[in-house]
Amino acid sequence: MGTIYECGASGRKGTSLPPLGRSEEEILSFIPEGLRRKAPPWLPEVSQPELVRHYTRLSRMNYGVDTGFYPLGSCTMKYNPKLHEELARLPGFSGLHPLLPEEEVQGALGVLWELSEYLKGIAGMPGVTLQPAAGAHGELTGMLLFKRYFEDREELEKRVKILLPDSAHGTNPASATMAGFKVVSIPSDARGMVDLAALKAALGEDVAGIMLTVPNTLGIFEEDILEITRLVHEAGGLCYFDGANLNAYLGRARPGDMGADVFHFNLHKTFSTPHGGGGPGAGPLAVSEPLVPYLPLPQIVRQGNRYALDWDRPKSIGRVHPYFGNFLVMVKALAYILLLGDEGLREVSNGAVLAANYLKERLKKTYKLPHDRLCKHEFVLSGEGLGEGIRTLDIAKRLIDYGFHPPTIYFPLIVKEALMIEPTETEPKEVLDAFCQAMEEIAQEAQKSPELLKEAPHRAPVRRLDEARAVRQPILRESPA
Amino acid sequence: MIPEGLRYTKDHEWAKPEDGTVRVGITHHAQKELGDIVFVELPEVGRTVSKGEEVATVESVKAVGEVYAPVSGEVVARNDALESSPELVNKDPYGEGWLFVLKMENPAELDELLDAAAYEKLVGGEG
Amino acid sequence: MTEYIPHTPEDIEEMLSAIGLKSLEALFSDIPEEVRRRYRPLGLPRGDEEKVRRHLEGLAKRSTGRGLIPFLGGGIYDHFVPAVVNYVISLPGFYTAYTPYQPEVSQGTLTWMFEYQTMICELTGMEVANSSMYDGATALAEAALMAHRTVGGRRVLVPRSLNPQVREVLATYAWGAGLELLDVPYSEEGKLALEGVPEGLCALVVQQPNFFGVIEDLSGLKERIGKAFLIVYVNPIALGVLEPPGAFGADVVVGEGQVLGNPMGFGGPLLGIFATRGEHLRRMPGRLAGRTMDAEGRPGYVMAFQTREQHIRRERATSNICTNSALCALAATVYLAALGPEGLRRVALLSIERAHDLASRIKMLPGYELAFSRPFFNEFAVRCAAPEEAVARLREAGIAVLPPGLVAKAGLDGAFLVAVTEKRTEEELSRFVEALKGEGYGDDL
Repeated sequence: MGTIYECGASGRKGTSLPPLGRSEEEILSFIPEGLRRKAPPWLPEVSQPELVRHYTRLSRMNYGVDTGFYPLGSCTMKYNPKLHEELARLPGFSGLHPLLPEEEVQGALGVLWELSEYLKGIAGMPGVTLQPAAGAHGELTGMLLFKRYFEDREELEKRVKILLPDSAHGTNPASATMAGFKVVSIPSDARGMVDLAALKAALGEDVAGIMLTVPNTLGIFEEDILEITRLVHEAGGLCYFDGANLNAYLGRARPGDMGADVFHFNLHKTFSTPHGGGGPGAGPLAVSEPLVPYLPLPQIVRQGNRYALDWDRPKSIGRVHPYFGNFLVMVKALAYILLLGDEGLREVSNGAVLAANYLKERLKKTYKLPHDRLCKHEFVLSGEGLGEGIRTLDIAKRLIDYGFHPPTIYFPLIVKEALMIEPTETEPKEVLDAFCQAMEEIAQEAQKSPELLKEAPHRAPVRRLDEARAVRQPILRESPA
Repeated sequence: MIPEGLRYTKDHEWAKPEDGTVRVGITHHAQKELGDIVFVELPEVGRTVSKGEEVATVESVKAVGEVYAPVSGEVVARNDALESSPELVNKDPYGEGWLFVLKMENPAELDELLDAAAYEKLVGGEG
Repeated sequence: MTEYIPHTPEDIEEMLSAIGLKSLEALFSDIPEEVRRRYRPLGLPRGDEEKVRRHLEGLAKRSTGRGLIPFLGGGIYDHFVPAVVNYVISLPGFYTAYTPYQPEVSQGTLTWMFEYQTMICELTGMEVANSSMYDGATALAEAALMAHRTVGGRRVLVPRSLNPQVREVLATYAWGAGLELLDVPYSEEGKLALEGVPEGLCALVVQQPNFFGVIEDLSGLKERIGKAFLIVYVNPIALGVLEPPGAFGADVVVGEGQVLGNPMGFGGPLLGIFATRGEHLRRMPGRLAGRTMDAEGRPGYVMAFQTREQHIRRERATSNICTNSALCALAATVYLAALGPEGLRRVALLSIERAHDLASRIKMLPGYELAFSRPFFNEFAVRCAAPEEAVARLREAGIAVLPPGLVAKAGLDGAFLVAVTEKRTEEELSRFVEALKGEGYGDDL
């Protein structure tokens, strides 16, 4: 697989720049000699057509939502509306400097304010910050809000623990740790829900709060959610809700009505902004009344017809983003909400939950379904018992040959050989049916010709890759020949 | 397949008594669960550790195994060959894939560990 | 149905019947009735494409700042972005994919990540670079946390001449992790004035060029702090002509990569650069692409050293970062590939040249002077008796600069900050100077 460094020839370039007004030496004389770069960085030298062909070729080796079905559980790979890309490129948004005075950026502040108001409404919670740049960044910000809250109440010394169900996303424990908390794991019960007895036993004066994913990573709604949040609140703790799975109840229920104190949105999941090959996303937070004073600086407020920045918030945790967060991502999320309206938002969760349950009911005939009950926007199968020596990894790789992106695999950890499937609302029934058929055929192949699975993929740009070699003999950058 | 004469922990370490010291590694079962080992982090020689303390980590591509001291003592040797050849832990977990040697503080601690039969029961015959 | 949701009434009926339910409502029976009853809609009617476009275009137009000439920097700069950059990042294979968890169908992403890592190593003079952080500010904060994990100690020396926005983010993270930030002053000439080195130091931060645009001399700093990390926060464009921090023994180089092919975008999304020395590889945050082979011996790429990351190591991960700034890093990759070594150097030289042209013309105006005498890159602080009035006068001429209020956050009073990129034309420079001239301005400094 050639890199851009293998294209081009010395002296070629991919764009043009204005000429210098004077000699290089003269300009360089402004920099003390010892601080001048001695050797130029090794960068590609390619013409524009070479560059475009190289990246077009690379882009075709990728699978995206625009390529086909991408049921990557917990990532909500829904369709990314094209209108949004045009809107985010409007010069009034993309060409705006973040340090311009308030009165010069009223439209951009309007975007922030409108989005904040809608997110408050969707969460059913009174405060919002848009600064976090991704879900995990939102989690960290939420943990810092917990920390300031208890600091303010002079309880921080004793409240050192964060409770985490064993089905939590890996970012949750990492975020709690970064804010200085100690993580305590709470087991799931046979239903795949938080074990209430274990929760009660863990609660006490040393607990700052709990981090819940609702619905959880098995795609199951915590039926005891009100009891859980009540117990935590009674013990003096706070409740964090990981909102990565909001697609499950958008337009039907609100975390604020379930007892959430902090809730993070993933605009790149629920609100359709593109995942970009790994980012950028955006992870705004909604918070309950007691946490509003601690929100990051500044807050956007409306005064009559004018928007302003409120800096007078002495209890704030400070900034978590140098400016206002991932603004261009927010433009897209706002456009999505405005296009859908209340009805459309409800159709999102209707469609997502309908598609997930439909796939679950069909696939449980062929695959093991450890938690056989109503699911929300996703569900978890197990690849166990499909055939001699067949592992979930083999099923995933074989799906590539059928033209599908594999589901999330080996997560959550509490299901052996997990296959976590999230179809989203944007897939036509025909695609769901084709996916089921592929899964059924793969199950048959696992019996009849397991080598088809073991050696898959056969039709991808590369065969199975040696991941151990990449760590044992690391090559993390290109080197000059 | 579980060697006799070694002692075992529930966390899948083995300990081999060698004249006042014990040699420590992870079991066949543990290396199999982890998969292709790509990195081993070993304790410094001279470090004093207590029984149950985390002293090393063994990493595969997608998992991390913590190694706990089966007994208390001082680290007197470590298997530096694993730095360049971590796969030895997969190939020969009870031999060339050993991790470190402890000079025992309290030899009686050895008796608290599992014997081969008890460990076999724990892992269901797959040592 | 909407244009994004394809289920027809017939589809819905068929799917419900396959599930064995009678209504869509029944799909939500597991949410406590009490919670469902409390639900309140937004009161928002359904929109359509044109209506949404009109609304957002209206907001975009309401920002009068879009028409101002940005001599405004302070961490975000108005550099030229070749058209090919937006073309490439808009290819659906790139922007509609996610994290390359399945390498066989993600070779496109993994290959450019590998290219990007190479370019960042080359620019910074470091051995390993990750494939992006959210922004320069959080990259710096993560570098401080990494320094603490690696060398112990809870104290971080932070220059007063560090970008104040960046410093505020660092302060929030430091409070969370229990680190203490200690100020390092700057000299009258505007350069870092490191005096003593305290006990329990885990890192010294230096910004290159600093917030005021002054080029710092990095030599000898690492030697003075010993084991503690030298963390250099860079403007990567400046590295087109400045000696890379790696040559001065930096342990981590971080920086804001927006300038590499990304729009100002009202400050986000941004691109956090993070590079370090090989010996610190296992302690670094973020994703890494590595080259390996497939089952037929052909080269290919995978995510390497994933055991550092949160999805495996959970509470003991090197960071909680998951979603990052991938597409902005792709923009940077294409930008650097389009420019090549000569183009990057040209962008840096043009920025220096035009900034110095403007600075020398401002210096000649009575009542105006540069705040600092040290060499600068493409940004400089201008002092005068009535800076707010000077800024207002510039605004009347359609020009934006960093106002005194924001400059004062870094401890410099009575000055505004001017940034000049290769995009600023001779006409714009003249307009700037003319605007400052006016009657009676700054006469009696």
